[in-house]
Amino acid sequence: MKSRSSRDGGYAIFMLPGLVAFFVIIAVPFLATIAISFTQWNGVQTPSWVGIQNYTDLLSDPFFTASFINTLVLILAMVIIPTILGLLLAGLLYAFVAPRFGTRTASFFRAGFYLPQVMPVAVAGVVWGWILQPDGALNSLLQGVGLGGLANNWLGDPSLALFTVMGTLVWVQVGFPLVIFFTALQRMDQSITEAAALDGASGWQTFIHVTIQQIRPEVFVVVLMTTIASFKVFAWIWVLTRGGPGTATYVPSYYTYLAFFEKSQVGYGSAIATLMTAVIVVVAAIFMNVQARRDLAEEN
Amino acid sequence: MAAIPAAEANQSKPVPRRPRLPLKERLTRRGQSSAVLLALVVLLAVMLSPFAIIALNALKSAEDYASNGPLSWPQSLSLDGVIDFWNRVDFTGKLINSIVISLSVAIFSTVLSLLNAFALGIGRIRGALWFLIFFMLANMLPNEAIVYPLYYMAKEVNLYNTQLAVIIIFIVIQSAFGTYFLSSILRAFPKELLDAARVDGCNKLQLLVQVVAPIVRPSLAVFMVFSFIWTWNELYLPLVFLIDNSSQTVPLAVATLYGQHNMDATQVAASALLGVLPCVVFFLLFQRTLTRGITAGSYK
Repeated sequence: MKSRSSRDGGYAIFMLPGLVAFFVIIAVPFLATIAISFTQWNGVQTPSWVGIQNYTDLLSDPFFTASFINTLVLILAMVIIPTILGLLLAGLLYAFVAPRFGTRTASFFRAGFYLPQVMPVAVAGVVWGWILQPDGALNSLLQGVGLGGLANNWLGDPSLALFTVMGTLVWVQVGFPLVIFFTALQRMDQSITEAAALDGASGWQTFIHVTIQQIRPEVFVVVLMTTIASFKVFAWIWVLTRGGPGTATYVPSYYTYLAFFEKSQVGYGSAIATLMTAVIVVVAAIFMNVQARRDLAEEN
Repeated sequence: MAAIPAAEANQSKPVPRRPRLPLKERLTRRGQSSAVLLALVVLLAVMLSPFAIIALNALKSAEDYASNGPLSWPQSLSLDGVIDFWNRVDFTGKLINSIVISLSVAIFSTVLSLLNAFALGIGRIRGALWFLIFFMLANMLPNEAIVYPLYYMAKEVNLYNTQLAVIIIFIVIQSAFGTYFLSSILRAFPKELLDAARVDGCNKLQLLVQVVAPIVRPSLAVFMVFSFIWTWNELYLPLVFLIDNSSQTVPLAVATLYGQHNMDATQVAASALLGVLPCVVFFLLFQRTLTRGITAGSYK
């Protein structure tokens, strides 16, 4: 122990509080969740070991299948569309608004688009729930401009609810990629873009082939972080739809919440939570692996 | 620099792509610039309209809403909805709860992260890389994967339904990111300063408190602001751990009252407005920190 601490120069002691805290609050509960996932437990009596039965049950559980498919669909609204929109908007603000109308104007837009990101998800959910209710503001607006035929029960119609949720999630998400990309553009090497322009590349070509390539690390980070976030969506669903109508907007985290705290199926809920974690870790590992290879390829 | 303007030219003109104009000429196409700016203004207005419509209706009387709907201008300014909601949930109490929880978490998670980052970034203790990977994994971990054992533990030690439980858990969760974030900053800490301090006979604690902490104070502030706002905005853990009305946070109070039958439309709007307002204040106060910080946090 002594040789260890002297090799560490006496710094290791500073990690002690952190390690203890992480052990008690993160590591132990996480390992416990994994262990519980192999049991049947109502949270009160002694858990009984059931092996992988919870996991095999999951595969044939229509609620779980629905929640998993919904998550994949939500990736469109939380990752793909916001990333593309964020790239376009950041590009517009950086290359068009800032030079012609000043950096302050560009910053103003950036801040405005970012605002939904600083709201508590639960509160923004109430805002949208209020707007989207059947006699709410959106339907009133549609009727007011003579498009009453388009009015809908946005969150109550099973065939629409998921799309409505997706639309609102795009609204929440777009500010995050925008801000990251805008900052990335500011650190970008101007000479390459200018060289491309001199070579006769159109603005659009330059944007796709030069600008986006240069800020690829940021695109990568944004896609990774928003993908992880889409596997974790809870508050938005809890406030807006409670997974309904039916299973139209079910997501895994909402399902675990029900299993833990309303149905007392702690083992089953733990299996879903463990699976969620595994998916997140695997996705992150794949992303980082790809990025590391690209970095290596670029260095060689 | 010219990426986007030319792209706009291609999109908005139906004629085949024309040869690119010289920069100067492009910059003088004022009409087009204004059109793009106008489009951005409209888009931003649409983005922010949910907040406007909420504010509009929060300041209406219930009768006004019943007869004129959600889109009309308030006939007279009425604070009834706001006052009703304020008293009904004891909003002062909710604000205090949120401030107590978020502020404690912000302060202690920063301290804990700094201690960890000092050992990892400055001390470079053995296995630092593995610790960092561990903290990164902890940061990705969904709440669902630790919540039930924590809930069980909290009940065992009589911390269930206390703000202290939420505070302790959030300190550790936010520190996962904080450690990662501050470690990357401390790794780049100027070596000369460390050497100079050692020559002056500083011990490790003095080094941390008198040399390192003051110099990285801006980064500490960035993290502290984030930790505060993230904790403020959380729903899931407060929902699980804070059962009593008297201990609830602002977003939790707004979200749980939403959808209760005896809430009328103006009251819901008022609740959303009250939920949004503190965050708008934070946003205005910390706008620079926030936009600088998410970049720093995500890119490294």
